[in-house]
Amino acid sequence: MTSTLLRERAAVQTGGDPLRAARRRPSRRTIMLGGAAAVWLLGFVFLHGFGTLALPSSELTDLHRSLNQFNAWVASNRSDNPIFLYVLSPLRAAVDAVASLFITVFAASSTGLRLPEIGWLGTVALLSWTAYAVGNARVALLTAAVFTFFGLQGLFVEASYTFALMATAVLLTLLIGIPMGVLAGINAHVAKAVTPVLDFMQTLPTFVYLAPLALIFLIGPASAVIATLIYAAPPVIRLTAHGIRGIPENTREASDSLGTTGLQRLFTLQLPMARRTIVMGINQTTMAALSMVTIAALIAAPGLGQTVVRALQSLDVGTAVNAGLSIVLMAIVLDRVTTAASRRAEPGAHRRSKTSRRTRLVLVSATLVLTVALIHVSRTMLWAAAFPKELNIGPDIVRGVAGASEWLQTHLFLVTVSFRETMTTGFLNPFQLLFTETPLVVLAAVIALAAYALGGWKLAALTTFCLAVIVYLGLWGDAMVTLASTLVATAIVMVLGVVFGVAMGRSSRMDQFMRPLLDAGQTMPAFVYLVPFLGLFGATRFTAIVAGIIYAAPVAIKIIADGIAGISLTVVEAAVASGSTPWQVITKVQLPMARKSLALAANQGLIYVLAMVVVGALVGAGGLGYDVVAGFVQSSLFGKGLAAGLAIVFLGILLDRMTQAAAATPARKTPTAKTTRTSRPDSATSPNNKELQP
Amino acid sequence: MTKAGLILKRTIPTLAGAVAGALLLAGCGGASVNQAAAAGASNASCGTVNVAMNAWVGYTANAAVYSYVAKEKLGCSVVQKDLSEQISWQGFGSGEVDVIIENWGHEDLVKQYITDQAVAVDAGPTGNEGHIGWYVPPWMAEKYPDITDSKNLNKYASLLATSESGGKGQVLDGDPAFVTNDEALVKNLGLDYKVVFSGSEAALIQSFRSAEKNKTPLLGYFYEPQWFLSEVPLVKVNLPKWTPGCDSDPEKVACDYPDYKLNKIISKKFADSGSPAAKLAKAFTWTNDDQDAVATDIQNGMKPEEAAKKWVDTHSQQVQAWLQ
Repeated sequence: MTSTLLRERAAVQTGGDPLRAARRRPSRRTIMLGGAAAVWLLGFVFLHGFGTLALPSSELTDLHRSLNQFNAWVASNRSDNPIFLYVLSPLRAAVDAVASLFITVFAASSTGLRLPEIGWLGTVALLSWTAYAVGNARVALLTAAVFTFFGLQGLFVEASYTFALMATAVLLTLLIGIPMGVLAGINAHVAKAVTPVLDFMQTLPTFVYLAPLALIFLIGPASAVIATLIYAAPPVIRLTAHGIRGIPENTREASDSLGTTGLQRLFTLQLPMARRTIVMGINQTTMAALSMVTIAALIAAPGLGQTVVRALQSLDVGTAVNAGLSIVLMAIVLDRVTTAASRRAEPGAHRRSKTSRRTRLVLVSATLVLTVALIHVSRTMLWAAAFPKELNIGPDIVRGVAGASEWLQTHLFLVTVSFRETMTTGFLNPFQLLFTETPLVVLAAVIALAAYALGGWKLAALTTFCLAVIVYLGLWGDAMVTLASTLVATAIVMVLGVVFGVAMGRSSRMDQFMRPLLDAGQTMPAFVYLVPFLGLFGATRFTAIVAGIIYAAPVAIKIIADGIAGISLTVVEAAVASGSTPWQVITKVQLPMARKSLALAANQGLIYVLAMVVVGALVGAGGLGYDVVAGFVQSSLFGKGLAAGLAIVFLGILLDRMTQAAAATPARKTPTAKTTRTSRPDSATSPNNKELQP
Repeated sequence: MTKAGLILKRTIPTLAGAVAGALLLAGCGGASVNQAAAAGASNASCGTVNVAMNAWVGYTANAAVYSYVAKEKLGCSVVQKDLSEQISWQGFGSGEVDVIIENWGHEDLVKQYITDQAVAVDAGPTGNEGHIGWYVPPWMAEKYPDITDSKNLNKYASLLATSESGGKGQVLDGDPAFVTNDEALVKNLGLDYKVVFSGSEAALIQSFRSAEKNKTPLLGYFYEPQWFLSEVPLVKVNLPKWTPGCDSDPEKVACDYPDYKLNKIISKKFADSGSPAAKLAKAFTWTNDDQDAVATDIQNGMKPEEAAKKWVDTHSQQVQAWLQ
C-alpha cells in the first residue's frame, strides 16, 4: 500500500506537474504514466530482487580495473612522457607561480611565519580600496569590516589563504573564460560546440575530477586552482556569450552601416554593451570559485576549507561554525562587491551617481595613496603585520557554539533520532527498495515509457541511452540507490518550495524576511552546515538528504515565489471579489497559473539535489556518491569512483531532460483540462481562468 | 570643464600612481618585519617542514610531539596539512608533504612511491604496534560470549540490524579513507552483514561509547593503539587468522588484518636535504602507552601543542636521544 502511494509521488515527481492528480478525465499521457507505474509495481512484486545488477561496494568490474590503470600509467609516465614534460608540468608550474604570488601577498609569504607580504592591515586596506574602486564606498566599508572580523575570529591567515586561491582562480578563469565567451557570442558554431561541454562541466560532480587532477597535477594549490577553474568557468563563458548575443540586431546594423570592422565592432559596441552581463558572469564565477576552493581542501588547498574538514572529522561543531561564518561572510563581501561593480558597469551608471566622475577619480587616487601608506606601515610595524593575538574572540565563538550544540544534542537526541528512524524506515527504505529490488529490465522499460509519455520517441531514446551507459559503467544498483534518495529529497524540496514560495509570493513582508535566509542557504558552502546536522542526526542517508534539501530548497522556493508574485494582480483580485477563500485562491488560481514555475522549480530542485549527492556521501549517503568519495581516498577504488562520477552525469542528464519535457508540454492547456476545470462544482474561479487562456 | 580641473584630473592619478610606486619600492626595499622576524625565529639550517595530518587522534599525538620538538628544539617552522592517508602520499612528489608520521602498511603505495617513483623513503618504525579489527562493546562480549568468533556472527545479524543496513547486520566502519577490507570480508566470509560508514573516528568512538552506556548492540571497525580502549575496553572479534599473502588481492580478502609495525614515511627530497627535522623524523620512536597518554590529553580538551609540551617536558631524556 505504502509503495503505491510512493509510486504516485514518484510519478508526480518525474511528471513535474503536481496537479495532475486533480484532473478528472485522464489524458493519454496520464494513462501511459499510470501504465508505467503499474508495470513497475507488478515487476517489483513478482520479480522482486531478480536481475537487479547490484554490485557489492568492494567489487569492481573490468571497466573499473582498466580505469584503475590510469593511476599506474600516470605514475610511470610522469617523469619521461612528453605530455607531462612539455604540457602538464609547465602548466602546473605556471599556475603554481601565480597562486604563490597571491598567497605571498595576501596570506603568508615563504618565510614560514604565516605573515602576508603586505601585513593584515595592508591586506584589509588594499582589498577595501579595490572594492571602492570597482564598487562604491559602502561595499568598501563592508570589505574592511569583514576582513577585520576574520582577524577577530582568529582566522585571518586561513581566510586570506582562501581569498588568495580564489583570486588566482578567478583571474585565470576570466583570462580564459571571457575570450571563450566572446567567441561563443559572435560565432554560432563555437557556441554550439561549447554548450554541451559546459553542460558536462556543470553536472560533473566536483569530487570526480578532484581525484584525477590530483593525480596529474599533484596535490597542492596548483591542482586546487585548476579544479576551481573547471568548476567556475562555465558561468562567465555562458553569460559573456549571452550578453553579446543579446545586443539588439538594429544596434549592430547601425554600427555596421558606419563601416566598423569586426574588431572595432567588438571593442566599441559589443563588449561595452554586454559589459553588465559579463560582470554578472564574473559575480557567479566568483561565488562558484569560493565554494570550490573550500572543497579543494581535500587536495591540500590551504585555507578555511582545511579548518572545516578537520572539524568535520572530529565532529567539532564550534570550530566548523566559526570557520563557516568566515566563508559565508566572504561570500557576502564578494557578492556585494561584484554586484556593485556590475551596477557601475551599467551603461550610463556614472550619470546617475551623485559624485561626478572627476571627484570620484580624485577620491580613488587619494585613497590609493592612503592604502599604500597603510601597506608601508604593515611592513614596518609588527602590530599591523600579524593580527594582534589579544583581539582574538575565535575561541569564545567556538566555545559558545560548541556549548549550544552540545545542549541541543543531549536534549534533542531522542527527538532527532526517532524522527530520523521514522523517516528512514517508513519512507526512505521502502522507496529505495522499490528501485533497488525491481529488475533492471522492468525499471528501464518503465523509465523509457514514462519518457515516451512526456517527450515522445526522442526522449525515450535518450533516457534509454543514459540508462544503458549506467549499466555499462557497472553501477546500476548504486545509481538506483542514488535516484531513490534524490527523488525523496526533491519531493521534500517541492513541498517546502510550494509552502514557502506561496507564502512569499503572497506577502512581501514574508519575502523580505525570507530572502536573506535563502541567500545565506545558497551561498554557504555545503561543507559547513553538514557538521551541525552530523551532530544531530549522525552519519546516515537521512543526514545526506537533509543536506541536499538545504542546498536545493532555496532555489525552488525562490522560483515558485517569483512565479506566484508574477501573476497579474487583477486575476487574484477578481478571484477574491468573486468570493474565493484564500485557500481557493491558492489552489485554484495561483498554483495552477504558476505551473511553469513549479515545473522549473522541480527541474532545478532535482539538479541541485543531485549536485549534493557526493557531498552527502561524506555524511553517510550510499550509492554513487559513496563510490566517488571512496574512489577519491582509496586508490584501489579509483576507477570505480571515476565511473560513478560519469554515472551521476548521465543520471543528471536523464532527470533534467525528463523534467524539462514535463515542463514544456503542459497537460493543462489541452481542451480536456479546461472543461474539467469549468465542470467542477466549486468553480468560482473558473471565469478568471478562462480569461487567462490565451 | 575648466582648465584647472582638466589639469587636476590628469595629474592627480599620475601623481598618486607615482607616489604609490615610490612607496611600494621603498617598502619592498626596506627591511620588512616579515623578513626581520623570520631571520630571528627560524633556524637557517631547518626551514619549513610540511607534516601531513591524517584524521585519527593517535596520529595527531605523534604529529603534535614531532612538530613540537621540531619547532621548539630545532627552530623549524612546521606546516600541518589535513589530508587523508592516500592523498598524503601524493604530496611527496609535489613537495606538499615532507612527513607522514604514522603509516599503516599501504603496500601498494610503498611500491608506487618508494620503489617505483622513488619520491619517498621509509624513515623507520614509530615503535607503535597497530592492530585493526572488528570489535564489540564489552557488555555484548559478556552476554553473548560466542560473538567473538566470526563464524557465529550470522547468528547475531538480526540483532545488529539498523535502519541503515537494509535488513542485514551492520558493521560500522570509520572514514572511507581508513585502511579497510571490511566490505570484501563481509562478502568473502559469507556474512549476512552490510558495511555502513560512520564517516570519522569521532563518530565511531561516539557510537561505541553510547552502545556501551545504553547497552545497545554494535559491531564495528576499530584499532589499537587507541586511547578510547582505556575508557571502554572493546572486545575484538576473531576473524580467520592472517597468513602472509592472504590479503594481497583486496577483492578476495577473507582473513584478519595483519599486525602493523607502524612506521614513518618522509619525502626523498626532505631526507636528502640534511635537515635536522629529517633526522628527527628518522629518530622518532615511542611506545603505545606514550601515544595513548598524549592522545588522551588531546581528547580531554587539551590543545595538541600543550599535550605535546607536557609529554616532552616529562620525557626530556628520550627527546634528547632523538636529537643526538
